[in-house]
Amino acid sequence: MPSDHRSGAAGTESESTVPPLHDACETFSLQLAAVADGGSELDPDAASHFESCLRCQAELVQYKKLLRALASLRTQRLAADETLVQEILLALEPGGTVHRLQRITAGSKSRKAAYIGGIAAAATAGAAGAFVIASKLASRQRLAS
Amino acid sequence: MDSKRTNELVAAAKEGDQRAFEELVRETYTDTYTLAYRLVGDEEDARDVVQETYLRVHKGLKKFRGDAQLSTWLHRITANCASTYLGRRSKHRHDQMADDFDVVDAEPQRDPVFQADLGDLRSDLVDALMKLPPKLRTVIVLRDIYDLPHEAIADELDISESAAKVRLHRARKRLRERLYPLGEEQAHAV
Repeated sequence: MPSDHRSGAAGTESESTVPPLHDACETFSLQLAAVADGGSELDPDAASHFESCLRCQAELVQYKKLLRALASLRTQRLAADETLVQEILLALEPGGTVHRLQRITAGSKSRKAAYIGGIAAAATAGAAGAFVIASKLASRQRLAS
Repeated sequence: MDSKRTNELVAAAKEGDQRAFEELVRETYTDTYTLAYRLVGDEEDARDVVQETYLRVHKGLKKFRGDAQLSTWLHRITANCASTYLGRRSKHRHDQMADDFDVVDAEPQRDPVFQADLGDLRSDLVDALMKLPPKLRTVIVLRDIYDLPHEAIADELDISESAAKVRLHRARKRLRERLYPLGEEQAHAV
């Protein structure tokens, strides 16, 4: 039967408390994820289903492969440049926040652009404010004279 | 770095030897950065997390009693800093997906069959990991890559142990579904 992926012995269990086929696989899937590392065991219903379900057995094999692959990532190191060490050590010195700002200005293009953009905006706003104040003072002086 | 040397450096750094602390940083920063990157998924954010981590290490070194390995202690602090960082970041913007990055295998496996099996899977796996929601990714990275106990993960993320386990199992399920899409035909063919 195409929709039944259980072995022949499973037919005797169809009247048990095990949920219908696909629901059962789905129900127990998180349990398989939990037991894949050997830290716990399937509960009796799940174990009963698992014994006769090739799909779930295949899933468990996949979980174990996945865990092996994840563990293998432990020895991988991402390339971090030496400047990171300098940043860490500078941040530990008194005035570390100043060094953090220096890092931002030496960082990625987007950060640098954002930081420089912020400074430029502040400078522009300051200059505009000064111009307005100077204009007002000049007009007051004209009026006074 | 062997554990004896590490202990010597830690002891010296605790006494205020700045050079010893610098050497500890040099010996550990790549590993710390790798974990930080895997947790936050962004190079610049990872650098910030690493800085914050070593600031806390510097402040807390005197409290480090050496019951756990230095690397485990560092991983816990990194996880905590990354969690805080992710919490702040989520308020400001959506998480970006990582593109790619250079990797160096510090201890290449000697078994060529193992390597061949893992070769393709690793790159797909890294990609799939980065596509997980940060809450799920954090737990699976800490547990299944860095082997931190459930209790430690729960502590550092400020969640219950059972919540940490649920997140872990969900993360594993999502990764499996992504890496091994098991269609009906495949299922029957097994």
